[in-house]
Amino acid sequence: MTDRAVQASGVGKVFPTKTGEVVALTDVELDVAAGEFVSLIGPSGCGKSTLLRLIADLDQATSGTLEIFGKPAKRARIDQDYGIAFQQAGLLPWRTVGANIALPLELHGTGRADRVSRVAELAELVGLSDFVDRYPDQLSGGMQQRVAIARALAARPKLLLMDEPFGALDEMTRERLQSELTRIAAETSAAVVFVTHSIPEAVFLSDRVVVMSPRPGRITDVIETGLGDVRDEALRESPEFFDRVTAVREALHGTPVTRASES
Amino acid sequence: MTDAATTMLPAAPKPGGGAPRPAPGERELPGWLRWVAPVVVGILILAVWIFWVDVLGTAPRMLPSPIAIAEEFVRRFPIILDDMKITATNALIGLVVGSLLALLFAGLAAAAKPVDGMLAPLVSALAVIPIVAVTPILNTMFGASSQFGRQAVATIAAFIPVFVNVLRGLRQTRPVHRDVLRSSAASPWQTFRMLTLPTALPYLMTGLRIASSLAVIAALVAEYFGGPADGIGTAIATYAKSGRAALAWAYVLGGILIGLVFFLVTSLLERLATRRSPV
Repeated sequence: MTDRAVQASGVGKVFPTKTGEVVALTDVELDVAAGEFVSLIGPSGCGKSTLLRLIADLDQATSGTLEIFGKPAKRARIDQDYGIAFQQAGLLPWRTVGANIALPLELHGTGRADRVSRVAELAELVGLSDFVDRYPDQLSGGMQQRVAIARALAARPKLLLMDEPFGALDEMTRERLQSELTRIAAETSAAVVFVTHSIPEAVFLSDRVVVMSPRPGRITDVIETGLGDVRDEALRESPEFFDRVTAVREALHGTPVTRASES
Repeated sequence: MTDAATTMLPAAPKPGGGAPRPAPGERELPGWLRWVAPVVVGILILAVWIFWVDVLGTAPRMLPSPIAIAEEFVRRFPIILDDMKITATNALIGLVVGSLLALLFAGLAAAAKPVDGMLAPLVSALAVIPIVAVTPILNTMFGASSQFGRQAVATIAAFIPVFVNVLRGLRQTRPVHRDVLRSSAASPWQTFRMLTLPTALPYLMTGLRIASSLAVIAALVAEYFGGPADGIGTAIATYAKSGRAALAWAYVLGGILIGLVFFLVTSLLERLATRRSPV
């Protein structure tokens, strides 16, 4: 195993359509170190979700090389080197919370006793210990998303892929889950690739923010946040935080933003 | 092709289940009224019926009083029960065999496009012909003493709704669920067992509920076209012809009871299966 969680060089993706080929991604160069938190941000159609799906081997790149912990993406998927969470929680409605969390373990033949203890551990981690026997339709959207995160972590992956997991949640739930996610990422020391279209979310969570741009989808800028390991509520009010938010916003717009309400 | 057949059958299970939500401006009925109302309607109909037959005495001769029918039903219950067993057994065999065949073929059609292409016109053809129409042919083929013709008719009748619904259900998996299974490196068999099959289960149950009534109707009506001299349908035809109206109606009551039992059992199964419908 290398110390690179993700290594992409010259990665491109072309979708064939009836009216010709659509270039979704072109020439992506991206390294994610083990334990690093990287956000992909950009407007719709910039290929951020496509890039995540390539890393997860849910789609295949049409050019370039993509390695996860030094292996081809397909191998990494089969070896369960990553866990993934989507914008929709995607829980199986006929399974309890516990059985949903245990799904990846069950698929790989983990024994019942081990599953039960792992589920208890994960439910504790995401704060749902009292809900293990409930069904998904008895949970709020935020709780469902926590179950999805616990499921992604079930096989102890060293890489966590997240495709706008908080996109459908209200702002307060969202901020609480962001804080929890930074804690979980630190506790599990997993690398995270996080797709979002929220600038504050990307800055708050990440070590590096990868800014992408559409037509064709590509990486236009990478911003180090340098905000350190402690991500708490005080950080959201700090000048450094606003500074990085401005930097990401300017990178997204391509020009310095004029501050109309500067006081 | 199969979609055309689907539209002819009651809709697929609705998520959530339970009582339908009232339309805006329509108030939900209180719980007690929901079962009192049909009972009141039933009693009213019986009252009018009794008044017409027993008080006015102007009813046709083949329409006896419900009291006479009930008396006949109680008095002849042992022989009615014997005939009920015959018809119910034929319907049950048809329902079970037809459903198993439908499951098998729907699975094949969902797995392989060419199979779907081969089966679709056949199923459409089966769905549009009145199945009981072939009963005289089957009776002649398998002999007048065999129940096989009747069971075959019930089988074909049960096959169609189960096939159409299961095939539809097997195609209802959501993209996000497929992504979850794929990212967990599930094998095709695991994906089928843990995702495709549970997703299709409510559809199977809806198919079974529709098929249960059709199987009873088919088994009963098939008896009008010959075969052994037993079963509810045969008895109704015999006693209607010989003018024993009350006994004929008592047998009709027996037929209704069979249909009700089949319907209630499959409805219960359906309700259990749709308890956790997709979020």
